[in-house]
Amino acid sequence: MAHAETDAKPITTRHQALGWLRQMLLIRRFEERSAMLYQQGKIGGFCHLYSGQEAVAVGSIGVLREDDYVITAYRDHGHALARGMDPEAGMAEMLGKAAGCSKGKGGSMHFFDAEKGFLGGHAIVGSHIPLAAGVAFAIKYRGGDQVCLCFFGDGAMDQGSLHETFNMASLWKLPVIYIVENNYMSMGTQLHRHSCLLDLTIRGGTAYGIPGVAVDGNDVEAVAATTREAIARARSGDGPTFIEARTYRFRGHSMSDPMKYRTREEAEKARERDPIILYESQLKERGWIDEPGIEQMHEAVKAEIDEAIEFAIQAPEPPVEDLYEDITVAPHIPQE
Amino acid sequence: MPVIQYREALNQAMSEEMERDDRVFLMGEEVAEYNGAYKVSQGMLDRFGPRRIIDTPISEEGFAGIGIGAAMVGLRPIIEFMTFSFSLVAFDQIVNNAANIRYMSGGQFSLPIVFRGNSGMAGSLAATHSHRPEAWYAHVPGLTVVMPATPADAKGLLKSSIRSDDPIVFIEHENLLGERGEVPDDPEFLIPIGQAEIKRPGSDVTIITYSRSLLTSLKAAEKLADEGIDCEVVDLRTIRPLDMETLVASVTKTHRAVIVEENWPYCGIGAGIADRLYRSIFDELDAPIGRVFTKDAPVPYNRTMELAMLPSVEGVVAEVKSLLNR
Repeated sequence: MAHAETDAKPITTRHQALGWLRQMLLIRRFEERSAMLYQQGKIGGFCHLYSGQEAVAVGSIGVLREDDYVITAYRDHGHALARGMDPEAGMAEMLGKAAGCSKGKGGSMHFFDAEKGFLGGHAIVGSHIPLAAGVAFAIKYRGGDQVCLCFFGDGAMDQGSLHETFNMASLWKLPVIYIVENNYMSMGTQLHRHSCLLDLTIRGGTAYGIPGVAVDGNDVEAVAATTREAIARARSGDGPTFIEARTYRFRGHSMSDPMKYRTREEAEKARERDPIILYESQLKERGWIDEPGIEQMHEAVKAEIDEAIEFAIQAPEPPVEDLYEDITVAPHIPQE
Repeated sequence: MPVIQYREALNQAMSEEMERDDRVFLMGEEVAEYNGAYKVSQGMLDRFGPRRIIDTPISEEGFAGIGIGAAMVGLRPIIEFMTFSFSLVAFDQIVNNAANIRYMSGGQFSLPIVFRGNSGMAGSLAATHSHRPEAWYAHVPGLTVVMPATPADAKGLLKSSIRSDDPIVFIEHENLLGERGEVPDDPEFLIPIGQAEIKRPGSDVTIITYSRSLLTSLKAAEKLADEGIDCEVVDLRTIRPLDMETLVASVTKTHRAVIVEENWPYCGIGAGIADRLYRSIFDELDAPIGRVFTKDAPVPYNRTMELAMLPSVEGVVAEVKSLLNR
């Protein structure tokens, strides 16, 4: 089995490391149970699972301050949970309940948590990339030293919004960190068929005078270390960083994806570098956790997700009249 | 009361609001060092500096989205489109993000942002630069669409728009920028969003209109007065939400309505207003609702052809007379 690269020099404390492992397990469990609920028809619409990419969200969000901001695309459950969203609110949203993190109006692709500085899942590919720069613009306008962390997939590298924004973010030295989670698949179109260059740091970094760094996206501590440097650069006024986190999604683009564009062998090989298993062995080697400890953590996470599902199932549906609520701050006048 | 141009009224509105609220800033193409492609932001860079008057690259989708992101975390951006024709490349940002983020987040975020700029068939600009985008934006729940016709309305409504906590699509008219009128200099001069105004009272026919077509309609009303026909001219001022109360009261009084707009007839503002009037006060109508609109063709470069497309004074006069069988 391949090893993570950061074995020799832990960049974090035991306490934080175990927290990161637990978060990755929590996300994985949330996703796998969501898949089951989807098959049972309890979750509707489009549902994009994050399994396999957990180390990217956990490692990067894990080194933010509480007053920083996070924004992401539609594969958003992992980022929300990594930012500390209550799984009950997340699961209730999956089931369209009023107690959901977006009151049942956003669904899987549109998780929001203003209190945690989680500015949403956004479902039009690339459309949130300018928003992240806007958040960073506001930080700079106010003279603050927060940062905005923005995630998207390699498919978004091909959207105009990204290229317009990267130019302005670099021109104005905005405190924003862009992380492309390169899972080598733009829905069903593999990287070599959708990107003119395979090294995305050139398209997202070099082209705009932005430092571009590639990192093993399955190595949570490598992601954390790389993000930490980018954060320091942003806080000190040196502008954006572009991080290419190379990873792999274990499941289809969405629940309806038969995955005919990749071989079974490729997918199985990717599971050999499962970020959770990699980190478990790394922490065991370091002596920070043992097998019973890992078992215990799995059980605790299982119970937490079971509770979240139970909460979501029991939670009431939103009243239908609420479809007119939360449209505008001023009273909404239906033009009917 | 001071008499100033429409563009100066817009400038005053923005400057006064920036003076009272540091969260307000102006961003767009050529707004700063060039002093505005249409001189609306003349002098504002000198007054407020480059932190708050921000020139952008030609990247409408990008800077519209930057405005939305800034609004999500509490700033109050004014995003200028050099013309609203160029907002088409920012359509996704305005429709998907500005209009929906509050809803999709279950009310956790508000979007206090103004998208503004001019529009209209300004003269030989051809099809891509002559758009009247109000129907596209007014279609969307979550957006408020404002279209002032006079300098005073431009100022009072822009100030209210900047103070609004919701996304406002504020559409000016290129040919109105140089129009002059009395404008109060009171910094608290505000015109409420969502209120139409009767610009000329009358008893025989209600002419419902907005933006530049108000001028055409008022001239037509004068001509018709010479012939003994007394028109009431209602200026919508806000396109969404529609001030149905004022429209219903006026048409209930006159029993006839003509809608005049500088826009295509199908699926547009006039079609929407006619539908709502028919469904709410059909019994009050003594004649079918009349309509004067732009011919259903792309806008041509040729000036004669373009003028032939526009609602004209003669066209409005003829439509009103046909309703009265005269």
